[in-house]
Formats: sequence, structure tokens, C-alpha cells
Amino acid sequence: MTTNPLVEIKDLNFSYDERAILKGINMTMPRGKVIAIMGGSGCGKTTLLRLIGGVVAPSSGYVKVDNQIVHELSRNKLFSLRRKMSMLFQFGALFTDLSVFDNVAFQMREHTDLPESVIRDLVFMKLHAVGLRGAHNLMPAELSGGMARRVALARSIALDPMLVMYDEPFAGLDPISLSVIGNLIRRLTDALGMTSILVTHDVHQSLKIVDYVYFISEGVIAAEGTPSEVRESVSPFVHQFIHSEVDGPVPFHYPAEKYATDLNLENRIA
Amino acid sequence: MPRRIVIGIRGIGHRVIDSVWRLGYAARFFSLILLKSGTSMRRFGLIIRELYFTGVLTMVIILVSGLFVGMVLGLQGYETLQKFGAETAVGTLVALSLVRELGPVVAGLLFASRAGSAITAEIGLMKATEQLEAMGMMAVDPIARVVAPRFWAGVISMPLLAAMFSAMGVFGGYLVAVVLIGVDEGSFWSQMQSVVDFRFDIVNGIIKTCVFGVAITAIAVFEGYNAPPTAEGVSGATTRTVVTSALVILGLDFVLTSFMFRGVG
Ligand SMILES: Nc1ncnc2c1ncn2[C@@H]1O[C@H](COP(=O)(O)OP(=O)(O)O)[C@@H](O)[C@H]1O
Ligand SMILES: [Mg+2]
Repeated sequence: MTTNPLVEIKDLNFSYDERAILKGINMTMPRGKVIAIMGGSGCGKTTLLRLIGGVVAPSSGYVKVDNQIVHELSRNKLFSLRRKMSMLFQFGALFTDLSVFDNVAFQMREHTDLPESVIRDLVFMKLHAVGLRGAHNLMPAELSGGMARRVALARSIALDPMLVMYDEPFAGLDPISLSVIGNLIRRLTDALGMTSILVTHDVHQSLKIVDYVYFISEGVIAAEGTPSEVRESVSPFVHQFIHSEVDGPVPFHYPAEKYATDLNLENRIA
Repeated sequence: MPRRIVIGIRGIGHRVIDSVWRLGYAARFFSLILLKSGTSMRRFGLIIRELYFTGVLTMVIILVSGLFVGMVLGLQGYETLQKFGAETAVGTLVALSLVRELGPVVAGLLFASRAGSAITAEIGLMKATEQLEAMGMMAVDPIARVVAPRFWAGVISMPLLAAMFSAMGVFGGYLVAVVLIGVDEGSFWSQMQSVVDFRFDIVNGIIKTCVFGVAITAIAVFEGYNAPPTAEGVSGATTRTVVTSALVILGLDFVLTSFMFRGVG
């Protein structure tokens, strides 16, 4: 039971309307690891997380979480699976009408019959883990970006999930908040025995904390490996990504007409 | 030429299918709200909280407007009635206009622009900032947890607000006619009491307000929940809530009135 992977993705295809976003993805995510998914903006990383969470269904192939094929689950089964996983959205998605405390307490109140005194202790423990016990009275609007992300992190581990998905948790953070969040993800994963899927652009921060990396480009897995393998990689794509080069296998220019044609130069010269 | 015709016909068909689809979609959404209302009924605290936001916060504008509308009715009514020497009937006029028409309609319009727009904007923003999807990922149904309590709070508060509007309006009419102008107080109240009928006037007025309450709140939550998740999307949805509600209130009012007061003196 514990030896098989927590998440298994097999020949996964997905399209919005007619446009193919993911084309034949295969991934294996063992329990207890932090796995990074990297790739340019709009390559389908968020979509992949939504497929794992069962928000959308694949066109073909499947995602298996804890030995259950997600898109084949009934609504009730899916909801009970979702109680064991959680997702940290790109901008936190804190409930703006609830205080920090109530945000973290939300799932405990919805899904458990714990007495309020126990909930209070649990919430303070979760907030303490992200260093924001002192902020429990604040409203989300009063938090800085980094603090909001940490509250969202505390909320996502509220019910001790087996799987947490982070959608670009580093986006728009200063370097200090960025390492704080990175370290928290690693520490919480180890301490709570969960599995983490980290979607990010931030190569340097994430290579420090993850166990395995997948690179997605144009709907397929362009490269994969452990951080040390990735650093050594000779794959041009990985090289370009890691060293943030402007041009390479991922072109700087969006496909276009010939520059001269667009500027109307050819006709004038002729 | 035939090609143009084909394209034209295709366009019409497309529009019809689209509107029918939207109608069906709205009906499905509405039945989902009803189906999933169990949670909010069991946890009435959720509805109470929303009652504060939709009901209590709308009360001020309702009370003030009711007072002014009643005062204007008192003035206008007195002006006309005194020409026929019937100025004591001004109480009846004020009360009947309010409970039959102005109470439900004006309170409904105010409710749509104050509470309806707020509901749409709030739900729309929750959607745009991924709060609704986050809730779904936490295995909590947003329709049951966010939409249904707001819907029921609106349905409950609308008749109460309209009743307050009418009561305040009657008081406004009294202020102008009796206190200011000096119409006889005894006949002002006794005529009102003997003419206004409980079944035909008051119950029908309450039915109207309930229907308007359901319509306005359903439009508001529907627009919010289906707003495109962008700033323009939410602002467009908010405007549509107010405009659609106003049209629906006036349209429904005509239909309801023609059924209710057919052949009633
Ligand atoms: N609801 C949607 N309908 C249609 N297209 C979408 C939708 N959501 C995302 N897309 C498209 O799918 C692609 C992948 O999106 P996404 O998974 O959000 O990318 P990212 O890797 O930046 O997270 C993008 O090109 C986006 O335009
Ligand atoms: Mg994304």
C-alpha cells in the first residue's frame, strides 16, 4: 500500500474545446516526496493540477490518486477524496469575508464535529507552523502577499491532507518570503508525511527543495529528473529554462508573418 | 444571394438555440439551489449572517424612501381629493397605493439596486479570485455554502422590507395630510381601516413581494455565479442584475396585478 505511488498519470490528454493543452503526459509521484512541475506560462500546469483534483476530466488517459481513477469517481467519492488532498491557489484564494482564523478553521468546521475549543487549538497550531499565530485576527485584505500565501498554506494543511498541490506559490513574492515559503513546503511535507506537487517558474528556489522535476513544454514532458540530474542536463530546453536564456528551443518570437511583410517593406522596395 | 439567406437563417437558429440553452441553464441552476438548500436550512446561522447583509443594511434606504414616497402621495392625494371634497379619503389612497403597488414595486427596485447588486458583486468576485473553486477543492459545495444562504436571505428579507416600506409610507402620508395640512385624524385612519381589505389588498401585496423577492435574488445569484472571472465580467454582471431585475419586477407586476385585481372594485 505505501510502496505504490500516490499519484499516477498515464497517457493523459486534455483539450479545451478543440485546442489540445496536454498531449500524452505520464508521471509517477511517490508518497512523501516534493515533486516540481515546471514550464512556461500557459503550458497547462494549472490545468494538470485541476485534472488531478478532478475539477476537469481528461479527454483520454487517466489520473490515479491513491489507487482511484479520479474522473471515474462518483461525486460523493470525489468529494471524500478531496478531503484528503488540498490545493494552494495561485493568489491564495483566501475567503475574503472570513478572518485568518476562520479561513484556517473553515474545513474543520465544515467536515468535522470537533468542539470549538479543539478547533481553536488546531488552528493555532497550524498558524504557528507558518509563523502567523499573531495574525489570527486579521482579515485577508490586511495581509501582505507573502503572509496571505502562508495563511493559505496553513489552511491547505488544516485537515492533514495526504497530498497538497501548490500553484505557483512563489509568484510575486520578494526573495525572503520566497525562501520562507519554499522551506515551509519542504518542512511541512516531511513533518506531516504528505506528498507535495509544486507548480512553479522559480527554478533556483525549487531545485533546492524538491525531489524530482518534470518540465512541460507544448503539452508534453520535455525533460525530467532529480535536481542534480537536471542541473547536469544537456537537454537544450532544460538548459534554456535553468539559465533563463531568452532564445532557444522555446523561441522568443510568437509565430508571425515575416517581419518585413508586416512592416510593409517588401512592397515598397519592389 | 441564397448563401446570404442560409447564413441569416443559421444566425437566427443559433440565437434561438443559445437563448433556449441559457434558459435551461438558469432553470437547472435554480433547481440546484433548491436541492442544495438543506445545508443552509440545517445551519441557519449561515442565513442569519446573510440576512444582516441583505436585509438589515438595506433597511435604511427602504425606510427613508418609504417615508418620502408616502409624503408625496399624501400631498398629491390631498391636492386632487380636496377638489371633490373627499380629502378624508387621502388615508385610503395612500394605504391602497402602497400595499397594492408602490410598496412591492418600489421596495423591489430599491432592493435590487442595493442588495441584489451587492450579492452579484460579492459572488462574482469570489469566483474571479478562485474562492469558489478553492471551496470546491475543499469538498465544500459552493452552491450549498455560498449561493443558497444568500438566496434564502434575500427571499426572506424582501417581504419584510416591503412591509416596512409600506408602513413608513403610511406614516409619511399621515405626517403630511394630518399633521401638516390638518385633515381630520379620526376619518383618516377609520376610512383607511374600513376600505383596505386584508385578503385582496394586503395578502395580494405580500404575494407580490414574495414573487419579486424570489425573482430578484435568483437573478442576483445567477449573474454572480456565472460572471466571467474578470473585473469587466463582474461589473457587467452587476449592471445586468439591476437592469434585468427592474424589467422583471415591472413585467411581473403587470401580470400579477391583472390576475389579482380582475373585477375587484
Ligand atoms: N477555462 C478555460 N477555457 C479555455 N481555455 C483555457 C481555460 N483555462 C485555461 N485555458 C487555456 O489553457 C492553457 C493552459 O492554461 P493553464 O493550465 O492555466 O496554464 P499555466 O501553465 O500557466 O498554469 C492556456 O493557454 C489557457 O489560455
Ligand atoms: Mg497557472
